[in-house]
Amino acid sequence: MSTLNVLLAGFGGQGILFGGKTLAYSGLLDGKELSWLPSYGPEMRGGTCNCSVVISDDPIGSPLVTQPDVLVAMNRPSLEKFVDAVVPGGMILVDSSMVDIKVERTDVKVFYIDATKIADENNMKSCAIIILLGKMFKEIEFLNENVVEAAVKKVIPAKKAAMIDLNLKAIEIGMNA
Amino acid sequence: MAVVFEKPKALSDVPFHYCPGCTHGIVHRLVAEVIDELGIEGQTVGVASVGCSVFSYNYFNCDMVQAAHGRAPAVATGLKRALPENVIFTYQGDGDLAAIGMAETVHAATRGENITVIFINNAIYGMTGGQMAPTSLPGQVTQTSPYGRDVKTAGYPVRVCELLSTLTGTALAQRVTVDTVAHVKEAKKAIKKGFENQINKKGYSIIEVVSTCPTNWGLSPQEAITWLRDNMLPYYPLGVYKDIDAEGGDK
Amino acid sequence: MAEKVLMKGNEALAEAAIQCGCRHYFGYPITPQTEVAAYMSKRLPKEGGCFLQAESEVAAINMVLGATSAGVRAMTSSSSPGISLKSEGVSYIGGSDLPALIINVQRGGPGLGGIQPSQSDYWQATKALGHGDFQLFVLAPSTIQEMVDFVPLAYEVGEKYRVPAMILSDGMLGQMMEPVEFPEKKETAVADKSWATNGHQNKRKKNIVNSLYIQPEELENLIKERYERYAKIKEEEQRAEEFMCEDAEIIIVAFGASSRVSRSAVMQARAEGIKAGLIRPITLWPFPDKTIEKHVDHTKQFLCVEMNMGQMIDDVKLVVSGRKPVSFFGRTGGVIPTPAEVLAEIRAIAGKEN
Repeated sequence: MSTLNVLLAGFGGQGILFGGKTLAYSGLLDGKELSWLPSYGPEMRGGTCNCSVVISDDPIGSPLVTQPDVLVAMNRPSLEKFVDAVVPGGMILVDSSMVDIKVERTDVKVFYIDATKIADENNMKSCAIIILLGKMFKEIEFLNENVVEAAVKKVIPAKKAAMIDLNLKAIEIGMNA
Repeated sequence: MAVVFEKPKALSDVPFHYCPGCTHGIVHRLVAEVIDELGIEGQTVGVASVGCSVFSYNYFNCDMVQAAHGRAPAVATGLKRALPENVIFTYQGDGDLAAIGMAETVHAATRGENITVIFINNAIYGMTGGQMAPTSLPGQVTQTSPYGRDVKTAGYPVRVCELLSTLTGTALAQRVTVDTVAHVKEAKKAIKKGFENQINKKGYSIIEVVSTCPTNWGLSPQEAITWLRDNMLPYYPLGVYKDIDAEGGDK
Repeated sequence: MAEKVLMKGNEALAEAAIQCGCRHYFGYPITPQTEVAAYMSKRLPKEGGCFLQAESEVAAINMVLGATSAGVRAMTSSSSPGISLKSEGVSYIGGSDLPALIINVQRGGPGLGGIQPSQSDYWQATKALGHGDFQLFVLAPSTIQEMVDFVPLAYEVGEKYRVPAMILSDGMLGQMMEPVEFPEKKETAVADKSWATNGHQNKRKKNIVNSLYIQPEELENLIKERYERYAKIKEEEQRAEEFMCEDAEIIIVAFGASSRVSRSAVMQARAEGIKAGLIRPITLWPFPDKTIEKHVDHTKQFLCVEMNMGQMIDDVKLVVSGRKPVSFFGRTGGVIPTPAEVLAEIRAIAGKEN
């Protein structure tokens, strides 16, 4: 695969954009072309939020992901909205703490991970998206795993350095989930 | 022979285009005298507005910018932010300042923009031929209020100094006129204070000059002065509405 | 070259402006360009510059007029409805022969429209951003890197010819992040600004920045002189990118966001054996008619792909002058076309089954 189209979707506040940024930096550090495009709308707390990330060996045309290779769904409306858009043979990562339905399609790989619950149990609130990303990194074999740690360090600003270890731990949990 | 009277250096040697009896000429001269006395022509940039005084860029010898209708305070803001050590003034009429440019005026004042505003209030649109202004008096006949300004439909005239005096950012709001020698002297003092305030970085200063427009009022120059005294001054009382040096002003 | 960083288009553009000496920003909040203002408000005070949130778009553009009259590099940014409000000031800037940088991060219109990406201000930017005979130098970036690289270009060309310059971006480019690198700090050419109204200091004749000329002949002469400069800009400043055009039988013409989508479609078409190509206008005014002209003879058809109902197509048709068919595909209202949609158009033209 020379291009990876990822769509991350959930509620505002679930770290969707942050997760997308971590993914994007991983691509950057892996020497790939990449783009990150957030959905934007009237500012509203708790609104739905999604983020397109394209990582490619070639220059990127449209940064808007309409047919994702990977969908990360962190709430039920997002899964329902995008499940049919995933390309056949693609992958769906579901935060099963937040989504109480199952994917009916059989032509995609689906992983259910209790990400929000695991994050809460490990005192890493807001790291659920990173746990899901950890799983994704493990499964897609598109990106060099070593870049993830460096990406996390890039994305987290210096004044929040304490969060770095927490996020690295979240990735590890995700990879082993 | 001793020279007792001469043209201020800050005024160019171009004949004014203003009508006989119009007070723009006097006010131009006062502004120029103040620029001369403060020795600031070389660092002054004036902003001409849209109205009869638009050609003031030909009359003042300092650098001049001509602004869109109502936007002189915004243009002056841009100049002042780029040239904080220079002296920036606007010269605006009532339509420009109190109608189309009211937002720019109020916000320049409330920001305490360190500029000097010379405001000519003659209760009419002069350049376009005598239409109702935001400061036209109740009952005043103009081209667009042919039956007299009806306050039921056209509302009431704006008292600019009173309005701007409520804003913290205003350093000086003073209304003057130029109908007598005494008033001319007072007007010059106010204009000078407005420029000095800027040099001393005190903030927004506005000097409103109650003025005449004999042509569009349909009066002779002498009648216009009388009309100004009888009608304008009762509605627009002269005085200091705000002066941060004399907390509260005397009005 | 410096390290590549990930930045949103709006923020990258703002940083680029600061890096090429802009210290005066005047703006007003509007989605999807607000990050430009927010970034400037954070950075400019630290650079000894001036960030001012104006009371309106109208005031903001006139503040730009004032600052640029003083001879400094100034800018404002907005999105479509706000640009309409600025049109008065832009006309005065053009009529006063001042350089200035105006950013339009386009959204859907008309009216309040929407807030999703659009290219429906093409006509406004290239034909009539304000009243009167005048033009802006208009650049259309298609990547975040170009959002950065076009800022100094816009200033340099604007100052050289004394014309306002616009970067016509859109909500997609404004909001998205891509790796970008900032050029090593270099002194950009300082244009002659002897016209600036910054106080004559009793050392020169007074300067007047003015757009009023009451005598028609005087105004006509001035406009003619300005149009001589425009002719020079048309001659020397056209820019466009050609992609796989040499043997192309179908050439897409698309700028900005829609050119990215089109490039993907062209590559997919090539993979299917369809000889497609792409001309990407980089300058929208002057329109790169020389580049279009080069390909009129050998190609079979042009296809304009835009995020509007068909605006740039007028300029393409003017060059092609009926010699070849020029067709159109567009999405509007804030909808971004997909490569698949564009590919379907290419296939249809090529006579292939979808």
